[in-house]
Amino acid sequence: MNTTKRQKQRKVLLMGKSGAGKSSMRSIVFSNYVAKDVRRLGATIDVEHSNIKFMGNLMLNLWDCGGQDGFVENYLTHQRTHVFSSVAVLIFVFDIESREFAADVVSYGSIVRALAENSPGAKVFVLVHKMDLVQSRLRQQLFDERAEYIKQASENFKDTVEFFPTSIWDQSLYKAWTQIIYYLIPNARGIEGLLRELAEVVDARELILYERTTCLMVTHVTRGVETGNPFTDRFERISSILKTHKQSMAKHTGIPAGSSNFAEMQIKTGRFMFFITRLTENTNLAASIPASEQVFNAARVNIMLVRPRFAELDIASKPRPAVQQAFAHSAESGSGLGMGAMDGEDGRGKGKERERGFE
Amino acid sequence: MEDLPDAEVPHTDPVPPRFHTGRLPNSKAGDGKPRLLLMGQRRSGKSSISSVVFHKLPPSETLYLETTTRIKKESMHSFMDFQVWDFPGHLDYFDPAFDVDNIFEEIGALIWVIDAQDEYLEAIMRLNTTILNLQHSYPNINVEVFVHKVDGLSEDYKGDTFRDIIQRVQDELSDHGYENAPVSFYQTSIYDHSIFEAFSKVIQKLIPQLPTLEALLNSLCQTCHIEKAYLFDIMSKIYIATDTSPTDLGSYEICSDYIDVVIDVSEIYGWDRPTEDGDAEAQETGNNDAESLITMERKGNNYLYLREINKYLALICLMGDDSPADKKAVIDYNVGVFQTALKQVFPRAERDVEATEAVE
Repeated sequence: MNTTKRQKQRKVLLMGKSGAGKSSMRSIVFSNYVAKDVRRLGATIDVEHSNIKFMGNLMLNLWDCGGQDGFVENYLTHQRTHVFSSVAVLIFVFDIESREFAADVVSYGSIVRALAENSPGAKVFVLVHKMDLVQSRLRQQLFDERAEYIKQASENFKDTVEFFPTSIWDQSLYKAWTQIIYYLIPNARGIEGLLRELAEVVDARELILYERTTCLMVTHVTRGVETGNPFTDRFERISSILKTHKQSMAKHTGIPAGSSNFAEMQIKTGRFMFFITRLTENTNLAASIPASEQVFNAARVNIMLVRPRFAELDIASKPRPAVQQAFAHSAESGSGLGMGAMDGEDGRGKGKERERGFE
Repeated sequence: MEDLPDAEVPHTDPVPPRFHTGRLPNSKAGDGKPRLLLMGQRRSGKSSISSVVFHKLPPSETLYLETTTRIKKESMHSFMDFQVWDFPGHLDYFDPAFDVDNIFEEIGALIWVIDAQDEYLEAIMRLNTTILNLQHSYPNINVEVFVHKVDGLSEDYKGDTFRDIIQRVQDELSDHGYENAPVSFYQTSIYDHSIFEAFSKVIQKLIPQLPTLEALLNSLCQTCHIEKAYLFDIMSKIYIATDTSPTDLGSYEICSDYIDVVIDVSEIYGWDRPTEDGDAEAQETGNNDAESLITMERKGNNYLYLREINKYLALICLMGDDSPADKKAVIDYNVGVFQTALKQVFPRAERDVEATEAVE
């Protein structure tokens, strides 16, 4: 069983021009920064590595690569294989306000070429950042234009590259990162299946699984009328609400934001009942259910009972889903790895990340 | 003997609703709403305050507000109806062409905004003229001085400025023979919750039932071991009463942020669903007041409890160690008792709610 508990490292490159906002978004998503705090951050020198423990035995090995020309030059020449080999995901950040967009795209082109040489199976996500600085009526159009232009320069990744408009000032950041994370999770399908089963049993309108430290959504299940919910961005919005609440609690109680987690949050109204509670070591489950005390209490009990099954799913050994084989390393490809394995590494991974946040 | 029940009827009559509107003795019309007047020098931040507090404008956006050229009147429909009048800074309030009586007759409070980052001597002079002028005709007006924009000052300098302003105002007033003027001072900023806290205190003075509310909250806190209880106006996030234990800004901010969480989630899932089936419909009418509970993971941390009291008010409690979450049923019951008591204190508000619900 020990082998299946081994950490699954995923190398994630975060690149883009200097000042595009790479470190800012990293601090907000992973280190409990508030949007307005990021102005304190200085320029990133060379590469900052952080290991982020995400969903049990999925370990994100995040390389925040300083974007100044000198560093980029270095990545592309001396460190070419070191930086670009065995990459699972490249996240490239464009600054929408950049005056030298064409030059940015040229630089992007050479990075993508280096990536194609060293890790052809990688996936590229392009974030067009600082969208809040564009007038709202022009946003969509400008984003589409830029996305099209960048796509043309994407060479081998032309067909798979994905684009997201982002801003640290609204939930768009969470939306983009949710997609990235979903791609990285080894057994998302299995989790989803179990979640759907659970939703049927407790008669929930919607179940959403969140990662605990980052408040990013892992996956969700929507049933019945709830599919008509007009707020299509609700998952990111709840991420954002939870994060804000966490920071508010941390600020006024003096506990560090990393440990000011709530055990449970309930909201009951005449139209719906909603609660978020801990599911496994690293996940929170949010449930929206019909407004009825019986259903509510039954759902709470059922979710408590199902916890071991979710924990079991983490360490069950079964074949990895086909999608994931693209970037699986040969040594580990035989074993199915999942979320929430509770081993001693847990505290250390988070601890490292916290240290980073306070630097 | 048979006549006796009839004879007692006048005594059991509910107190005339007029008494429950939070009006001060100097208001003449019986159906008007108390007014809050925002006055002060140009560019002292009056319009920013009213936009942030009553329109939920993000503080950073107030940079783009235009100069106010006319008196802007806003009506707030909340647990207590009141009007906010935003005055242009350049106006001479005692110009004979100005209908002074009309402006000041219904007034609840005069809020004078002073920019702490600017030269404030002239502002103090005008404030004193205004107070002295008002003193004759409307001695009951509460004058509230907001020493504003203190976020930009260092901690030491902030205190010095604040004391200096208080000193100057009081000295000058007593020079004119006006001792113990009803003037209160607050340090405010739109970039934190201090402006809401200050407004809460201003509004509380206009509620005649405040002592009753405080007593009710006190007894609730005592019975349920609640550390701190606030009665919030949901829309404006101003608290209209709290128990009499010492307040700190931190716990106010937690509660205020908590309201945001509940409102935001309610917005996401409170949409109009097509009716599922008759069964669910019947259940839904059972529990109309929102309630919420947040328990913290670590032992010894406070936890939060929210209960919607009526359309406008919510009770928020910070619970301590000795009031564990599994006693929630007892707390629910006691809050229910509190709610009933509150209905007797605010009969008018309840009637309004019923009336509007009937219309809907």
